[in-house]
Amino acid sequence: VDLAPVLDGFGVVLQPTNLLYCLIGVVVGMLVGVLPGLGPAATIAILLPITIGIEPVTAVIMLAGIFYGAQYGGTITSVLLRLPGEASSVVTVFDGFALARQGRAGTALGIAAVGSFLGGTVSIVALSFVAPLVAGFALDFGPPEYTALALLGILLVATVSSGDRLKAVIAACLGLLLATVGRDGFTGAERFTFDNLSLADGLDFVPIAMGLFGLGEILYNLEERHRAVHAPATVANVWPSRKDLRQSSGAIGRGSVLGFFLGILPGGGATLASLAAYAMEKRRSKTPERFGRGAVEGVAAPESANNAAATSSFIPLLTLGIPANATMAVIYGALLIQGVSPGPQLVDQEPELFWGVVNSMYIGNILLLIMSIPLVGLFVKILRVRATILAPITVLITLIGVYTVNYDVFDIGLVVVFGALGYLMKKLGFDPGPLVLAFVLGSLLEDSLRRSLLLFDGDPTGFLTRPISGTLLVLFLVVVLLPVIRAALARRRSTDRRNTKEFV
Amino acid sequence: MSSPAGGAHVPGRPGGHPAAGATPPGPGMPSPEPTASGEFDLEEAIHQVEAEEHEGRPPAAGLLGNLVVAAAVVVLGVAAVVGSLAFDAGSARSPEAGTWPLVVSVVIVVLGLGLVATARRTTDAERFGRTSWLVLAGLATMVVFVVLIPVIGFEIPAALLAFVWLRFLGSEGWRTSIVTSAALVVAFYLIFVGALSVPIPHLF
Repeated sequence: VDLAPVLDGFGVVLQPTNLLYCLIGVVVGMLVGVLPGLGPAATIAILLPITIGIEPVTAVIMLAGIFYGAQYGGTITSVLLRLPGEASSVVTVFDGFALARQGRAGTALGIAAVGSFLGGTVSIVALSFVAPLVAGFALDFGPPEYTALALLGILLVATVSSGDRLKAVIAACLGLLLATVGRDGFTGAERFTFDNLSLADGLDFVPIAMGLFGLGEILYNLEERHRAVHAPATVANVWPSRKDLRQSSGAIGRGSVLGFFLGILPGGGATLASLAAYAMEKRRSKTPERFGRGAVEGVAAPESANNAAATSSFIPLLTLGIPANATMAVIYGALLIQGVSPGPQLVDQEPELFWGVVNSMYIGNILLLIMSIPLVGLFVKILRVRATILAPITVLITLIGVYTVNYDVFDIGLVVVFGALGYLMKKLGFDPGPLVLAFVLGSLLEDSLRRSLLLFDGDPTGFLTRPISGTLLVLFLVVVLLPVIRAALARRRSTDRRNTKEFV
Repeated sequence: MSSPAGGAHVPGRPGGHPAAGATPPGPGMPSPEPTASGEFDLEEAIHQVEAEEHEGRPPAAGLLGNLVVAAAVVVLGVAAVVGSLAFDAGSARSPEAGTWPLVVSVVIVVLGLGLVATARRTTDAERFGRTSWLVLAGLATMVVFVVLIPVIGFEIPAALLAFVWLRFLGSEGWRTSIVTSAALVVAFYLIFVGALSVPIPHLF
């Protein structure tokens, strides 16, 4: 491994501007994790307009900080309020809240912070070695490989997404369709523009992401009856004791490694990782009955795993140009706006950007560890900020923010339309994540599909003649067919059972 | 609460999904107490947490609602098929502007029919009810904002939006609502017009 670009990357991070934006990012991320209302994808979407005026590296350093910072923040509400801020903190609730009820909330938060820090750091080190390898491997991918990769990526994200799988895939198809609006890159024909000049260049990513994630989520929350929040006034003893650390060191180590590998997979990496890490610790433990009753390992394992996974989910984005989840899709969009197209060439062509972003995560994790232990009290106070006051502020930031991108009132209209769509989708069980992901990958997918078809002279079986695209497509089919087969088997089993009963 | 890594909502079913096995405990109050047998069931505990997340949500939609949603997807797909046929559909050998949109639209129609078939088992759509009017009101304030901004600038529409959201959608007090919305407009003016000189239409 050539070390020079890695060290240059540290030089990039240590520039005062980048340090400042890294700090802003992690603080915002942590606030977002704690505050009710918006998730990291929504926040990153809403902040897209401010990234336009700044350097690409700086922009992505900040956006990445929001993403992993939110993983830290989500823990606080899980432990103190039994409300998982993020899906990846759901399992932390069990032992975290149990510890809090025993008056050991501080221990739970401290162990979570240490675990998150170690998980994140282990994952960054591994990423630094693995990412260039993956990128090197992907360098000679052609259109057929990209077609298969994009298809599989979109499908996996839709499959792992929450709720109804069918609806998630429909949402993804809608995203692909929206990506075709505008002038066709090959023939110049105008598609779905309805003779509207503002649509001729296609739909902009910013209003779509801001509307679907930002406004959609705020509107959706309007229908929720507000629950009374009972945060404890103070949290004492945040520093974990030596005994707690010894008890959870194995859990942190295993959680970090597991999280790193699961995070690379497209789909709910962090969520899956935290679940798997928790289940593994419980199975390994000599005293599994302690789990759910306040076991420190039950907090340490999932928190290390979800942070490790959040970090490693950057690998598919930065090395293949395929975002692994909705937040990565928004960051992908931010890079495209900056004129950087993420892909295997990124490590070589933009080493400062690549290593700058990767190395900023070390700094970000240190900042988070420093902040989260002594400042827990402050974040507990922030829990009292009312969602009813935050909502109109966020709405106005969104509406005025989207205007600043192109100075066009049409964009404000667009963001409202997509806000309404985002609300309807959430309300009716369609996850907007796959839509946004499919939208950003839409033109890449169409381009490579058309190129591949020209390459194969119109014969779709050509995909199977190349080892990588063939393997990926077979995987695609497995993911499509597996649930269908499983459902059919389950139905047959249940009818079998009924038949047996009739015989008896 | 905010939503998970990547904006997807916390996995679970909105509305009326009963906590597996147990009655959901009150808001803020515990707990995933291990069952009598002493065994802590991970899956059940996750279901319970998710159910609590959805506790304040409207109930799930009925069969009719699910069928309407499915039909809407099919109609959308058919409209997209018709739209794509307006372009050159091409062929596999020489894909044209219409090929890809046509493929995607056909997939949407097929998946929409799949939704129709599974409508009876669908539980993740919510019913529209009285609270949905709040959302409509919220959307209305945004539409007013978009329409008015080129005419009278952003100050009055922004103040109006903030006030409606605070007082009527958020049930804050009159004084809080008036003071906060005025302060917000001043802050936005100072940031966007004063500091950043964004050429957004404004009165002053």
